[in-house]
Amino acid sequence: MKTRVIKLFKRLATVALFAPAMAFAASGAHLDEAPVSTDHASLQRGARLFVNYCLNCHGASAVRYNQLQKIGLDEKTITDNLLFTGEKIGDMMTIAMTREDAEAWFGTAPPDLSLIARAKASASGSGADYLYTYLRSFYRDPTRPTGWNNTVFANVGMPHVLWDLQGEQTLKETSGADGHTAHELALTKPGSMSQGEYDQAVADLVSFLVWMGEPDAGSRKTIGIFVLVFLAGFYVLTHALGKNYWKDIH
Amino acid sequence: MSDQKINNERRNLILATSAAGGVAMAATAVPFVASLAPSERAKAAGAPVVADIGKLAPGEKMVVKWRGKPVWILRRTPEMLASLEKVAEKISDPASEKSEQPEYARNTARAIKDEYLVVVGICTHLGCSPSDKIKPGAEEGMSADWQGGFFCPCHGSQFDLAGRVFKSMPAPTNLEIPPYTYLSDTSILIGEDSKEA
Amino acid sequence: MAANSNYEKYQSDGTLLGNALEWVDARFPATSMWKAHLSEYHAPKNFNFWYFFGSIALVVLVIQIVTGIFLTMNYKPDGTLNADGIPRAFASVEYIMREVAGGRFIRYFHSTGASAFFIVVYLHMFRGMLYGSYRKPRELIWIFGVLIFLCLMAEAFMGYLLPWGQMSYWGAQVIINLFSAIPLVGPDLSLLIRGDYVVSDVTLNRFFALHVIAVPLVLIGLVVAHILALHEVGSNNPDGVEIKKFKNDKGVPLDSVPFHPYYTIAHDLPAMVIFLIVFCAVVFFAPEGGGYFLEYNNFLPADPMKTPEHIAPVWYFTPFYSMLRAMVWNFFWLEAKFWGVVAMGGGVVILAFLPWLDRSPAKSIRYRGPIFKTLLAIFIVGFLILGFLGTKAPGYYFFGYAPAANPDGSTAFSPLNYLLSGDLIAQIFTVYYFLFFLTMPYWSKIDKCKPVPERVTFK
Repeated sequence: MKTRVIKLFKRLATVALFAPAMAFAASGAHLDEAPVSTDHASLQRGARLFVNYCLNCHGASAVRYNQLQKIGLDEKTITDNLLFTGEKIGDMMTIAMTREDAEAWFGTAPPDLSLIARAKASASGSGADYLYTYLRSFYRDPTRPTGWNNTVFANVGMPHVLWDLQGEQTLKETSGADGHTAHELALTKPGSMSQGEYDQAVADLVSFLVWMGEPDAGSRKTIGIFVLVFLAGFYVLTHALGKNYWKDIH
Repeated sequence: MSDQKINNERRNLILATSAAGGVAMAATAVPFVASLAPSERAKAAGAPVVADIGKLAPGEKMVVKWRGKPVWILRRTPEMLASLEKVAEKISDPASEKSEQPEYARNTARAIKDEYLVVVGICTHLGCSPSDKIKPGAEEGMSADWQGGFFCPCHGSQFDLAGRVFKSMPAPTNLEIPPYTYLSDTSILIGEDSKEA
Repeated sequence: MAANSNYEKYQSDGTLLGNALEWVDARFPATSMWKAHLSEYHAPKNFNFWYFFGSIALVVLVIQIVTGIFLTMNYKPDGTLNADGIPRAFASVEYIMREVAGGRFIRYFHSTGASAFFIVVYLHMFRGMLYGSYRKPRELIWIFGVLIFLCLMAEAFMGYLLPWGQMSYWGAQVIINLFSAIPLVGPDLSLLIRGDYVVSDVTLNRFFALHVIAVPLVLIGLVVAHILALHEVGSNNPDGVEIKKFKNDKGVPLDSVPFHPYYTIAHDLPAMVIFLIVFCAVVFFAPEGGGYFLEYNNFLPADPMKTPEHIAPVWYFTPFYSMLRAMVWNFFWLEAKFWGVVAMGGGVVILAFLPWLDRSPAKSIRYRGPIFKTLLAIFIVGFLILGFLGTKAPGYYFFGYAPAANPDGSTAFSPLNYLLSGDLIAQIFTVYYFLFFLTMPYWSKIDKCKPVPERVTFK
């Protein structure tokens, strides 16, 4: 119920402000809509994937491990399962790799992921949509140094780190009746997960990335409801007071 | 009659609006005042720290940073411990009754194990960090009957080798002992009492 | 009577508080300031909702100053990289957002406040155009207002660099390079503004200094001058008539009410609450403002090696940015780049001449003729479209239209290629913007005005 009210408010605020601009908004590359969840179980699965697969090369230098308590993990679980040796629970989620090394190995330093879900939003869709589509769009490309390419991010520098889960995709070119060529991804070598399982795993990971972008977004909206309800009441009072004063004036 | 009614209504509305406005101002002040408190970074920096005392030689002192403050760990020799008895009558609070320390450090040596003094190196007067005057006698510029201890350069407070302040000094109490516990014989956790205790 | 007081001094009623007030009032013009600017400032009684925005602008100014002070307590104007490869300025903003208790609200209030300031000020300026508030004897109020607008633009531009994101960095790079288009001194001027050959840590530090102290001081001074000038000549009103013509035997205009409490509490306070409701709805539910208040690319740290694909200034600059881009012709011996800068600057400066360009017998739109109403409507629509186009990349076509092409790939001749071209429409409305002002002395004089009443109309 509460989340629904929040969503309604958010939509109303955005629509009211930007209706004119939205009417003209251009449609860019197609992105799949990400099923973003704020459910703790999903976020915790996402956190595990993040720590195991992403946090070797990408840091999240604005986030402390102890913040993960906000998605329902207790101190002991974080210490035992998510911390690398020698790290403390109050530490930032940083990586040991230096920028110089990263640039030497990958050509470009892997970006910090603290804010990635907010940064990747565009007219084509939310940042979550982008990440959800991107992480499901890797395909084998022997011409690339890593052996991988991506339909959302052409000539991407990052290899497909989740390949053991998803398996390998290849890009198939199909020519339609009108002569236009279309591209389609097909799974050629299955991974340890079914397609449905993999989509869910990516959804969990993306939900976690969205959460990291602003860990306290939920409480912000809850507080917002109280603020607006209070202001509505305050308006009634000030309006009545104003009316009362203007009774003097004829 | 009608004017009277308007005035009553106005008075009530002014009161209600002022009250609601006051609530609004107070609520608005919350994030601003909250932002002045120590941040998550400061809290993380205030987390307990582990000190490795394995390499500390007798008579030597090491410093670790805990909550941004220097914490001294002094490995005291038997002579140093003996000096504590010698100066006892010149000490302002020899039994540490008015001073800050965990219960387990309220003894003459002000320590869990007498050999190791763990103390916050901040003068209880106005917050300077006293200098080492560990060696006895006039060698370090102190008086000839000096038994070893610490000297605060700001306002001249003198402390013995258990961080106890001498009589007639600006500092009101002995140096503070932080909560700490031995993780093993060679490592101390500063900032947290023993879990079992 | 003291030099700066035209009012009787406060007389104590014998209580302790009364005595204290009398003591203060004998040494400081407290009573006189209170009466002159609030309780005995006689404002026309027929203000409508358009008159809210001046007070609301003051509220936003206070929000920006208070939140700004608290932001500086944790912000670091430092473009160097920290151990994690993130610029320290960028990291300090995220530190405020995540690690400082309440910091996220302070920051969102400040970032939303910047956009709110421009929304409110644009509406406030439009009110002036509707009712002729710039006309004699209020020319100086208007000029102070234009200067406030210029200051706000400088303040917003420099403040936008501070988060040190990609849009901050490249936006500043582009705008500072504009100055290099000025003949002779341009390149050196750009260099002096940046203090380096590219936007760098040096630029960030000086922009921080200017943003947090220099410009705000000037801004506050101008706001005081704006209000003093207003209170010297008295407020205009939706009828555009002078209320001072008809006074009672005490010299109080018949069609006036005391500003306090009839406007402060009874008129502006409820309006302020409505404003806060809208403002808080954005802060708490959509602080990014759909990518217009906080641009998405600005969540990426500044990278001097990589320009984002599409750079647009924040929405409040885009009408003037469109004018800049619209100039693509070389005139005389000067290149188009220079004329772009002239259009952009001229678009703001020309506003200052409005009091002398308008020669209409009536001030208020209520009594002005069809020419004004039509031209003003087109002006507003054009200004909004210029603003919209400024957020788009050059080569934009409305409604997702793809220009018709010949088989060989060259652009075909098709009316839609022109009708829907953002670039062409921006040029048309840029020209219209300037013609609206430059031809005003002519059309405002011949317009068929209705008779202006002697006194205000009040329901």
